[in-house]
Amino acid sequence: MGNLKEVDALLSKPIGENGKSVSQMLADSNRLMEETGHYCGVTELTLKTNDPIHYEKLWSRLRGALVGARETALNISASPIVREIGELCFALYTAEGDSITLSTGIMAHVHTMSEAIKHMVRVNYEDDPGIRPGDIFVNNDPQLGDVHNADVMELIPIFWEGELIGWAGGVSHEIDVGAPQPAAVPVGTMSRFEDGWILSCQKVGANDKLFADYERRCYTAVRLPFYWVLDEKCRISGCQIIRDAVRSLVAEEGIDTYKRFTREVIEDTRQAFVNRVREFMIPGVYQYPSFMDVPHSIDKGRMPDHAAIDSMMHCPLEIRVGVDASFELDLEGANKGGHHAFNCTPSGLQGGLWVSITQMLIPNEKVNDGAYLATKFNTPLGTWSNPDNIYASNTFSWMFLIPCFTGVFLAVSQAVSARGYVEEVVAGYPFAGNVAQGGGPNHYGQEGSWCNFDMSSCGTSAGYVRDGEASAAAMWNPEGDMGDVEAWELLEPPLYLGRRLRPSSAGMGKHRGGAGFESIRMIYNTPHQVMLHAANGHVFHGNGLFGGYPASTPYRHSVKNTDMKQRIAEGLPYPVCDRDSENSEIEANIQGEHIKDKYCIHLPDLHKEHDLYVSHISGGHGLGDVLERDAAMVVQDLNDDLLLERFANSAYGVIAQCDADGEWRLDEQATKLRRAEIRQERLARSQPVAEWLKQQQPRVKKGEYFSPVRDMYQSSMSLSKPWADKYRRFWGLPDDWML
Amino acid sequence: MANYTQEVIADLVDGKLPWKMLKEMMSNYKDPDRFDKYVAVLQRKQTWQEKILLPLGPHLFIVRKTDGSIVTKSTSGYEFGDYRQNWKLQARIYVRDSNEAYREIYPALMHADPKWMELREYYDPLDGTLLEIEAVPPGYPIVHSFQPDLEAFYQHWLKRPLH
Repeated sequence: MGNLKEVDALLSKPIGENGKSVSQMLADSNRLMEETGHYCGVTELTLKTNDPIHYEKLWSRLRGALVGARETALNISASPIVREIGELCFALYTAEGDSITLSTGIMAHVHTMSEAIKHMVRVNYEDDPGIRPGDIFVNNDPQLGDVHNADVMELIPIFWEGELIGWAGGVSHEIDVGAPQPAAVPVGTMSRFEDGWILSCQKVGANDKLFADYERRCYTAVRLPFYWVLDEKCRISGCQIIRDAVRSLVAEEGIDTYKRFTREVIEDTRQAFVNRVREFMIPGVYQYPSFMDVPHSIDKGRMPDHAAIDSMMHCPLEIRVGVDASFELDLEGANKGGHHAFNCTPSGLQGGLWVSITQMLIPNEKVNDGAYLATKFNTPLGTWSNPDNIYASNTFSWMFLIPCFTGVFLAVSQAVSARGYVEEVVAGYPFAGNVAQGGGPNHYGQEGSWCNFDMSSCGTSAGYVRDGEASAAAMWNPEGDMGDVEAWELLEPPLYLGRRLRPSSAGMGKHRGGAGFESIRMIYNTPHQVMLHAANGHVFHGNGLFGGYPASTPYRHSVKNTDMKQRIAEGLPYPVCDRDSENSEIEANIQGEHIKDKYCIHLPDLHKEHDLYVSHISGGHGLGDVLERDAAMVVQDLNDDLLLERFANSAYGVIAQCDADGEWRLDEQATKLRRAEIRQERLARSQPVAEWLKQQQPRVKKGEYFSPVRDMYQSSMSLSKPWADKYRRFWGLPDDWML
Repeated sequence: MANYTQEVIADLVDGKLPWKMLKEMMSNYKDPDRFDKYVAVLQRKQTWQEKILLPLGPHLFIVRKTDGSIVTKSTSGYEFGDYRQNWKLQARIYVRDSNEAYREIYPALMHADPKWMELREYYDPLDGTLLEIEAVPPGYPIVHSFQPDLEAFYQHWLKRPLH
């Protein structure tokens, strides 16, 4: 924080470098990038070249300060999402809003906070409401710079001798956003007006203190407000630690060195990204489309007719790698958004891109906006990726964003397998779900809300030479941690009856995905609770690779009006898992009204005490032909209860017998014969592609598809002539053909 | 800069490297001569003689034939035609588009709904190897996943002529 003299000086002159306004600095930075192809016109990395040790020390000090800030600040939060899961990230920015370095945590926000700062710079916050030492700004508006409003960011300016020299930013995931539905990421919202509390780069404090009116508002805007307020203080504290670290570094090194360093390190990272693309990729075009179901027809009667429909998201991701190592992503052909919570914004998609490239192309600590400057991303206006309606709901944009970027993982994996770096190959990632959420009167008698993060530990997908890992990570945070059951139960009324790896949840292949798991929850110590699911019930959200199967889809299994109370009173057995949908342990052991279907997206569903709720957390996708899997490993999977016995034969062609001790043993000879038989069966039941295409023609011409599929094609074709032409060309349809 | 022998690369491809070494390989700087060693390892495994120009996966390769043409070829020896064309168009296909077909692979309710999505399996016409799977809605054009700019890769990145 500055002193009064500094503040007075600020009121009378621009706060940027050399008497410039910050918006002028941003314009100059963009112009220099355009003119020279280098960040801020930094064509030579003189600091790095002349004294590389010093350069790395400066980097380490800043990076260390950010990591330390996160580790310290998360103890201020009371939310298990922050404390247990670590859904918290800090970053340091230049005065113009370009990220210099960041902490560990949710990488998605390297650039979202940058967008928010740049918004404030562009619309001249410098003049009104003013940017002064000690100011605190909050943003969770995806239109300005965020993925969705559950991710709330604190942005604090850093001054040195009256000049704005940077920003510290911190973001964390909230438990409740004050929407009509109790949830962090509500399902069933139809417009921004139902998304809950949205703060659009709002100044909420000065002199390092939240404004009292803002703090009071926090207590009425969201459910369980003390979590929100403590998270706010957690983020502010982290930002202050970073600010102090920067000011102390500047005091030691001098402001000129600091500024030169920050610009060089962004340009350095831009160049490193280009070099990494050249090292890992192959120039060319990569196409990996993905899809997501939105089955809101289940909510007919509870939503307006125009929203209570089934629809399907189309993400025709194309990645183009140029001979100059340019890296372009293109969503040309995406279909329109809808009256649902899953629309994205370009800023939100940048969040998805960041979590993808930090895992696949720059998996080291040197991450900043340099990589952003080396990529291009086309998100066509009017599509779900960039709605032309600013009131579109995006409170659960991850639902579309997650499938969208599986293509980045697959494209990089395709390329590195061609280059020989097969140790880096991974068959995409699964959808990070089910997202179990709910609310109502909680076990403390308060109006509660919760968002469980079991889904931060999905199975990972298979690699080229190894299986995926069980319950290990989520697409948006590679440092997966499912959190302790006891910590979740402090917040959430549903008790865990069991948490267990789920057999046959992973995609099969020569190398299988890591297993997902299931949590069995029982509503307890509350008269009622609304419950939500969010997962890909009707579609595979991605592919496996090189013949590997995609991971299983989740399904909904809830039981209402159960006999659990009686079972507990009488000491009778109760289920701790479901295990097999076709031989369900819950169905076998619990009386009640079983809801068992594929509608994993629905409006809040009312449950009473002792009702059960099953949450399936995805397994990973497979890689390679199932018939090439080491038969002994298939048997091991049986013995580890990671594979349902019937698929050993039907999919893997492995014949095994279970002995009296319950141990599966391989029959090598019978397996060899069965596998040869399956190969013959494959050839017998398949047909040449040309023949199949001919058979498909009549259906294609008539457009005889299930309505969401048909609507998806119509929408993509009407929004994108290039995609419509591509579709017509492929199927040999006339130029004016439309569905 | 890391440097591995051809034998180490062969063990890597065969999945024989111990985890510790695999992990080191992942964390280390990449070895710039990997491509040539890798291609040599793969070439040695094939029963045919055509030169591998670019591996496309465990079973598919872009190769140069003796007549100079460049085609996609599989480990079985099947040729899928010009490398610029989508190899899938010359494969055999089996489509899982019913609950019954899905349930050979997935438990009930744990697969896509066939009205929403089908699973296309592409087989090698000679030996029935499952080469690739597409999870797409019915009617979706066959995806041309990877279209490498082979000329540019060789000329500008590997700094050697393709021909």
